[in-house]
Amino acid sequence: MKAAVVGATRGMGRAVARLLAERGDAVALLGRDAAELETSARDLSARGARGTIATGHLDLAEPTEFSAALDRADQALGGLDALVVTAGDFAAQDALERDAERLGRLLDVNFTATAVLCQLAAERFAARGGGTVCAFSSVAGDRARRSNYLYGASKAGLSAFLEGLGLAYADRHVRVICVRPGFVKTGMTAGLPVPPFAGEPDDVARVVVRALDRGTPVVYAPSIWRWVMLPIRLLPRAIMRRVRF
Amino acid sequence: MGILSLEPISGWGRHPVSRAAVERPETLRLPEGDTPVLPRGLGRSYGDAAVPAAPGGRVIETTRADRVLDFDPEAGILTCEAGLSLAEVLRVFIPRGWFPPVTPGTKFVTIGGCVACDVHGKNHHRDGSFGNFVERLTLQVADGRVIECGPTRERELFLGTVGGMGLTGLITEVTLRLQPVESAWMRVDTEPVSGLAAMMDGLRDAAQDWPYTVGWIDCLAGGASLGRGLLMRGRHATRGEAPASAPSEPRRIAVPLDAPEFLLSPVLMRLFNSAYYRAHTRRRRAVAIVPYQGFFYPLDAVAGWNRLYGPRGFLQYQCVVPRAAAAGAVAALLERLAAAGAASFLAVIKDCGPEADAYLSFPLEGTTLALDLPYRGPATEALVHQLNAMVIAAGGRVYLAKDAVTRAEDFARMTPRLVEWRRVRDRWDPERRFRSAQSVRVLGDQA
Repeated sequence: MKAAVVGATRGMGRAVARLLAERGDAVALLGRDAAELETSARDLSARGARGTIATGHLDLAEPTEFSAALDRADQALGGLDALVVTAGDFAAQDALERDAERLGRLLDVNFTATAVLCQLAAERFAARGGGTVCAFSSVAGDRARRSNYLYGASKAGLSAFLEGLGLAYADRHVRVICVRPGFVKTGMTAGLPVPPFAGEPDDVARVVVRALDRGTPVVYAPSIWRWVMLPIRLLPRAIMRRVRF
Repeated sequence: MGILSLEPISGWGRHPVSRAAVERPETLRLPEGDTPVLPRGLGRSYGDAAVPAAPGGRVIETTRADRVLDFDPEAGILTCEAGLSLAEVLRVFIPRGWFPPVTPGTKFVTIGGCVACDVHGKNHHRDGSFGNFVERLTLQVADGRVIECGPTRERELFLGTVGGMGLTGLITEVTLRLQPVESAWMRVDTEPVSGLAAMMDGLRDAAQDWPYTVGWIDCLAGGASLGRGLLMRGRHATRGEAPASAPSEPRRIAVPLDAPEFLLSPVLMRLFNSAYYRAHTRRRRAVAIVPYQGFFYPLDAVAGWNRLYGPRGFLQYQCVVPRAAAAGAVAALLERLAAAGAASFLAVIKDCGPEADAYLSFPLEGTTLALDLPYRGPATEALVHQLNAMVIAAGGRVYLAKDAVTRAEDFARMTPRLVEWRRVRDRWDPERRFRSAQSVRVLGDQA
């Protein structure tokens, strides 16, 4: 596999990139901070990566640069066949409620920019006979909750987009994977109360790499979150309101 | 991230328990300002070394900063972020023929933690402690400056940081020398030993030829059987001795619940220890080629084994006494433990080589004894103070990575180089930004 991983220097992206590199896949690490990218590339090489490891600039806040970033990754790896977008924005609900600009930025990064990037990659892969687009949504997108519906809405939109993208490009051999992590202990969630079933980035990475190999359209990570979310998805609205869920 | 929620926090012994605001940054950096902080790795120190000075204190858990920054495959020199675990070092580097130069009895420790505790292992008699293999440390000190130190650069700070329990600064990067090995297998020779004198003689004799030695003692056996146990000697198997394939990663079982306290009654513990001893002494001597995991990390096979000591937790007591006084002092300690009926699953005995230059490094030339004491409140603490008095009288000391009870005045008596260490701390952290519950207890820091 020749994969570009967006957000590869941190959290789940770091774990996915490590797992891919360890088994010999070529990986392009894409992100905003050149020094961090360089450090993560050294990490993969020092751990004995056998495939090519490259780095490149990509900022989800700058959609006009996406095409050039994919070109560079393509060139560095000698033909990209997978894009994994793990990067995203997160903020506590109360911060988003009070700050329209902050909210707009989060919605832009998590939905608009990620959708644009995935669409671009799907079109690119379709033109060359196939590939895999994988993006990290969230279980928060499965059901809107009073306590995190703003972040959840950005991910619900992304989940809907990825489902449609998968259907639209299936005939052109582009596989689309929507990863729905539950609570994962990363820098992004540091300081939040840790709920039951919280996972580690490495657990998520194993699920994601298996999904990349198999082309599974929707995966929960860690897997138990599929069953955690099932009753939550089915819970009647009246009950959700009454228990203030 | 804004305000951190508080979470329960303790050492591996689960006593004492406090609450902390825990950060888990992927890039290690001190918070702006002068907030007191405490670095923490994987939380395998047993007592209160990685518990904040006061409930609600800020803890920087380093485990997310786990990148390998450089590896020289010719010399085996590894540079990594401080949160990289020994488990990861083993997983990544054993297949390439490299092994940690020193390893404690669990692989679930961070490299930064190994430096901060100056950990030792079964090869101490030959190789010394972890700090002997550290070439360079990067440290962010209390005022925010990032300082590089090592055996020849900022040596005082280096000697204060190795074994300094994270109290001189936030260790962010470590460069260390790994040792070459031919296989992931160990050649292990196990022999039953009938008493303490035979155990200590056996350890001394084995030290001549074997890189790794350790003894297990049934510390509930008294009288003529005092000090009976198993003597284990090991070395890395050569390519020719080892099976063709690498050992598979052992399946871990987990302890799902706290064990009820009756399981820890002295009677049941005595039965367990006797059964273990008899099971291993049917044959006089056994030589085997075994996976490295079973030799170095037998308890790692049981996730959460600390829960076996019940909800009140346990103290681990580890002391070292100088060689001249060792035979009498170890016998007296074992007799005192047997008299107190202070049950322990196992006690580990090991001879140590010369002490390190690092000021608070634990080992010194002599014999170390380590054992678990189920925590039963003031009676257990009183027993530790009695053991400490015996250790001080013998010219020995206790290991801060295991300690939860030792008093400041006793610690000062055990630590002749404390003055030098305090001088380093005064220079680099005069306001005591780095503090722990342990530093409040043994160094008199403010809570």
